[in-house]
This record gives sequence, C-alpha cells and structure tokens, in this order.
Amino acid sequence: MSNWIMGGGPSNHIILSSRVRLARNLANTPFPLMLNKTSGADVIEKIYDEDTKNNIFKDYKFYDMQDTGFVDRYVLVERHLISPNLANHGSIGAALISQDEKVSIMLNEEDHIRIQTVLPGLQLKEAWTEASAIDDKIESKVDYAFDERLGYLTSCPTNVGTGLRASIMVHLPGLNISSNINKILNAVTQVGLTIRGIYGEGTEFIGNIFQISNQITLGRSEEETIDNLTGITEQIIDKEKEARSILLKSNKMLLEDRVWRAWGIMTNARSISGQESMKLLSEIRLGVDLGVLENIPISILNEIMVDTNNASLQKRIGTELNTPDRDIIRAEEIRKLLLQQ
Amino acid sequence: MQCEECGKKPATVHITKIEGGKKTDVHLCEQCAVQKNSITLNTNFSVQDLVAGLLNSGSVGPFKVDIVKEPKCSVCGLSYNKFKTSGKFGCSNCYKIFGDRLNPLFKKLHGNITHTGKLPNKAAGKIKLVREIDKLKQDLKTAINNEEYEKAAEYRDRIKELSAMEQEDV
Ligand SMILES: [Zn+2]
Ligand SMILES: [Zn+2]
Repeated sequence: MSNWIMGGGPSNHIILSSRVRLARNLANTPFPLMLNKTSGADVIEKIYDEDTKNNIFKDYKFYDMQDTGFVDRYVLVERHLISPNLANHGSIGAALISQDEKVSIMLNEEDHIRIQTVLPGLQLKEAWTEASAIDDKIESKVDYAFDERLGYLTSCPTNVGTGLRASIMVHLPGLNISSNINKILNAVTQVGLTIRGIYGEGTEFIGNIFQISNQITLGRSEEETIDNLTGITEQIIDKEKEARSILLKSNKMLLEDRVWRAWGIMTNARSISGQESMKLLSEIRLGVDLGVLENIPISILNEIMVDTNNASLQKRIGTELNTPDRDIIRAEEIRKLLLQQ
Repeated sequence: MQCEECGKKPATVHITKIEGGKKTDVHLCEQCAVQKNSITLNTNFSVQDLVAGLLNSGSVGPFKVDIVKEPKCSVCGLSYNKFKTSGKFGCSNCYKIFGDRLNPLFKKLHGNITHTGKLPNKAAGKIKLVREIDKLKQDLKTAINNEEYEKAAEYRDRIKELSAMEQEDV
C-alpha cells in the first residue's frame, strides 16, 4: 500500500499528500508526441536497460502500457501513480513504480521522463529532495535536453525551466461548509498557483478535496517554488482550522448531525455511486478529525477514497462490472472497510 | 469519422458549441467525450488551448512580421505555425530554432525568460568551464594591457588546457 494512503505526516488531518513532479527529456531526441513505436521503444531502452534494471530501478516494477490492460492502467490512475493521459494514450508509454509507491516514473508521457514522488501530509521539501536525488541518478545514465538560459527543455512551454510541478492534496470541508472556499481558491490563483480536482487537470472537485500546485517553472528556483507553495499551504491550513473551530462553536449539533448522517448512510447503504461516497467520505473524514467519530484510522478513509473507484473495484472483484453492479459492490466494500475494526 | 481527441476510435458523440457567436462542431469517441465533459473548472480550456490562444491572440509578440519566412525545426520538422496551433514543441531543438520569438510567450506564462534553478551535473561542469574560460580571457587581456607577459603566458596555457577539456566533453 502506498505511503500516503497509510496516512501520517505533518498536518495530515488537512493535507492528504505532497507531490513533486519533474519533467525531463533526452537530448537530441524528438519528444514523445513525435515518436512512433520503434523510436518510442528506443527511448525507453535508453532509460530502462539491463544496467538500470538491476541498479537504480531495482525496487521498481515496470509497466509497459501496451501490455497493461485498461482496468490495470486505471487502477494506477486511481492510486495517483500515473496520469489519465498516459493511461488513455500510452501506446508507446511505460511506468516504473517503486515498491512503496512513493516514487513513480512515467516514460514517454508528454515528456520522455516524468519523475513523481508522493509523501503523506505536508512534506513538499522532502518530496523535492527525493525527486532530485532520483533525477541525479537518471542523469548519470542519460544526457538531458538542457539549455543554459532556459533550463530543462520540455514538450510544453508551461513546464520549461525547472520542469517542476509541486502540489498538495488538501481536504477543506470547513472552508466549504462556511462558504469561504471560493474566496480562498480565488486568492490562491492570484498568486501564481492553480487548483485542480482530485485526478489532476480537468477533473472535478469532489469530496472537498483539492489539488493546489505551482504554475511558474521559469525564473524561479525549485527551492523558491517549494517554499512559496509550503507557505501558502500553511496559511490555508490555518484558515481551515479557523473555519472548523468556528463551526464547532456555533453549530456543533448541526456538524455532528452531518457526520452521523454520513456515517449512517455509508455503513448501511446497499448501493452507492462514486460521487455520493466521495461526498459522504468528506463528512466522515471531518468527523474523525474533530473527534466526533472515534477509532477510525485515516488509512481506512484513504483506502475507501482510492480502492472503491471503478477500476480498483473491478480489479478487486476480478471481473468487469456494469454500473449498477459496481454501485452495489462499492457499498459492500465501504461497509466492510468502515465496520471492520 | 475518427475521434478528434485521440484520433483512434470512431467518433460517436457529436457536439455543437457556440462560443462568441461562432459555431464549432466537435466529434469525439465516447471515452474522450466523457473526459471532456467532466471538466467543471476552466470549461473546455486545456493547457494546449491556452498556449495556442496566447500565441494567436496577438497579445504575444509581433507575429505578422514573421509570416514571410516561417521558421521550421531542422530536427523534427515542426513549423512555427504548427507550434502556434498545437502549443507543444516537437523536440528540444525547436527552442533554438524559434529562438527569441518565444520570449513574449515565456514572459506571459512565467513572467521570466531565464532559468535560475537546478543544473544537471554534466551541464553544470560544462557551464562552469565555459564561464571560467571567459573569465581567463578577460584576465589575459588585462595582463597584456598591463604588460605583465609572464602572467599572460600563464593565462594562455590555462585557457588552452580548459578549452581542450571543453572539446573533449562535447
Ligand atoms: Zn477519442
Ligand atoms: Zn524540433
């Protein structure tokens, strides 16, 4: 099970995970968009060969997208290990995923190499240090496309320079219930950050979970980028805490009622959609954070968030499911997970 | 008809969008349509659209002047006009070929045009070497001007040495 799903880490009651992604490309090689099956395979061979297989990537599992079925690809997406883009269009793509799922490396996605590290709680600095170390190891093996003035050259001009996207996954029910969420989100976008839904670009906000990340990659060092995002995240944490404590003071019964209703449905429903379960999971998570619900480890909530998604459910059951059956199995799995202790 | 998004599956979903009085037809496969429709924020604006929008809006740079001689990347074959619609480079050489005309775009996206972050270890050595040679050349000039010929000879030897190292690295 991946590290962040286990929970823990600083400010884990609000920050689910910290993620760092580095985009890198090989020198003198067209970007993946321009490659075919053969030239795409050459790129992978340069990075993942007999030597690196037994050294740098000794503790990694290799997934060739061509040989990976649709359900398995989507399980990786739901676990935040690869992008939907690689899963959907990855005919020449591959992924290397570390055993603890802290590190995943996508090959031939939009760039030749995308290194991603994920840690639980607010640990952007640590995630950057780890990603940078892996970057150094890969660089000792291949030559990167790098320009003295522009830095690391990437397929998309939005990534050129550091190639760094740092992001946090944050749970903000207090700000949402108190109708402050739009104010905060607007403020965040004004300072050069972007907000996305749970599975990245173009996915919607469900269950009060947001991903906040940097936009600028040129003219700002990695340390500055990480410090800036960390600083803003700390302010968001303070605001969320404030909203929660005001809600507790002014509307304690109402809040408890919401939490217990969510608990009631989640532990009794016989059929539930992904949408509804995400919404209710947010209330339960809030209930756990505020001490309304006791003895429920965060890891169970994270597991529900990840493992009761469509592909992961099908993987668990081992057969393809239609929507009504999926909702029935989902309800079953959620009951099992919540009532197991 | 093939899906306009992935280009692989047959297009079964046909959407007519009216934006700013202009009608556009979009043809997608079911999978891509579902993906497109799930976007709730920044409705139908992908990064690609955004970059292309910036490049074509006229707010970035004097493009009209450049139409006469359209630059084309010698390595991957991507033309500048194609880049303007796709918003993605074809290879790292494109950056060199399109050169300074990209600066307004970088300014718009990042507010900057110069990288200040990490250097790859290999390039870092090379960059330092080049910088040291440049400095020694300056010192050499000064030494000659001051008629310090012994020092000048020393600098000259060192420059020769470092230049040889630079050549080897390439
Ligand atoms: Zn499609
Ligand atoms: Zn090119």
